[in-house]
Amino acid sequence: MLSCTLQSNLMEALKAVLKNPPINTKNQNVKERAEGLVLKVLSAFKSSDIEKAVQSLDQNGVDLLMKYIYKGFEKPSDNSSAVLLQWHEKALSAGGVGCIVRVLTARKTI
Amino acid sequence: MSLYSFGLEPLSCHAWNKDRTQIAVSPNNSVVIIYEKKGSEWVKIHELTEHSGRITGIDWAPVSNRIVTCASDRNAYVWTLKDKLWKPTLVLVRINRAATCVKWSPLENKFALGSGARLISVCYFEKENDWWLSKHIKKSIRSTVTCLDWHPNNMLLAAGSSDLHCRIFSGYIKDIEDKPGPTAWGSKMPFGELLLETKDCGGWVHSVSFSPSGDQLAWVAHNSSVSVVDATQGKEVTQLTTDRLPLVSVLYVSPTEIVAAGHDCCPFQFSYKGLGKLEFVKKLDVPKQTSKGSMSAMQHFRNLDKKATDDEINELGCLHQNSITQLCILAGEKARVTKYSSVGLDGAMVLWDFKH
Repeated sequence: MLSCTLQSNLMEALKAVLKNPPINTKNQNVKERAEGLVLKVLSAFKSSDIEKAVQSLDQNGVDLLMKYIYKGFEKPSDNSSAVLLQWHEKALSAGGVGCIVRVLTARKTI
Repeated sequence: MSLYSFGLEPLSCHAWNKDRTQIAVSPNNSVVIIYEKKGSEWVKIHELTEHSGRITGIDWAPVSNRIVTCASDRNAYVWTLKDKLWKPTLVLVRINRAATCVKWSPLENKFALGSGARLISVCYFEKENDWWLSKHIKKSIRSTVTCLDWHPNNMLLAAGSSDLHCRIFSGYIKDIEDKPGPTAWGSKMPFGELLLETKDCGGWVHSVSFSPSGDQLAWVAHNSSVSVVDATQGKEVTQLTTDRLPLVSVLYVSPTEIVAAGHDCCPFQFSYKGLGKLEFVKKLDVPKQTSKGSMSAMQHFRNLDKKATDDEINELGCLHQNSITQLCILAGEKARVTKYSSVGLDGAMVLWDFKH
């Protein structure tokens, strides 16, 4: 994970970090660590690259990204909200309102 | 398509009589109003006021001309027309929570009632004692039953529930009918037998619908998805997640085409052609062509003042101005529906044509 970001291969980092989300675990620490990682990767992207990154994700990926975005909104820090809002705008145009509905109705949270 | 407004109250449910000249609707209260078509207007002819709670379901049996209504007062009544008046008969459903939905079976000898008591009540008429009896289906249902649909063979019953699962049960009642033959869903069918239970649908199941042959079952869930389970393909589920607001009512209009509508205020068409091939086809509403016309300067500034915009067109580019609550087949048999109706929270009823 770290090596991916160091190499600035952000697209790969995004895909890797969205694989295996901690849905089934009850361990809060695991969930928090995962969220932290995702946030790091999202912040490392340049604004102009966000749209391309979102396009490269499939439907499930966009849904998952949206879940992480909303989780990130819950605990704002420094600049996170601004970055997340940019991602939110792009994810919304790719996933539509249905994507947000799925974040709200999901029983097993990430 | 044509729109008729029944007032400002949201319409929670509706049902048509056999020749579609009368419609029974409930304006979100404990009364059912029956309107008759006179020319291009709908005139109120009857008011059914036996319930004390909000009406949650109405179904009108076309052949036997009986109406069954259910409400949140834990009761259901079967209404028969005697001397031009509708007379209610109480049905002993024996539930201790609100009833949520009701449907006559295809042969109209029984009906199924879903309730918040986590059970389905299948009710039939017992001639000896001249009353309606019920049998309960409770197996594995863990929350409110939100929607029901009968299989064309009059035996199987599909139920969607807020425990996120969709199930098919056997509604075979040996007192009033013969044993059913085997179907693609199973062959052993004692009453209450669970023939199919889908896994977590991702959201409350709002509506279910069998295909005309009965081999496929479509449902819509609150996570903005449409799904179909196919008995001919090993009971595999195909799910399509949409990027719109959740759909609330679904209807099979041909062996492959599905119409669904919900919080996006207009119907959509989907097509299921086999395992994994569930696709969105198109939006079925054509937005009104607004002619800007000539607006006086006075109008222009008045609009700016009132609505902060100088557009006078309505917000949504569709006929309904609020969520659609229920779809109902209007004309054509189940395998080739040519017209269907929708009612919504805006108090309007719209008749749609479907082109195959």
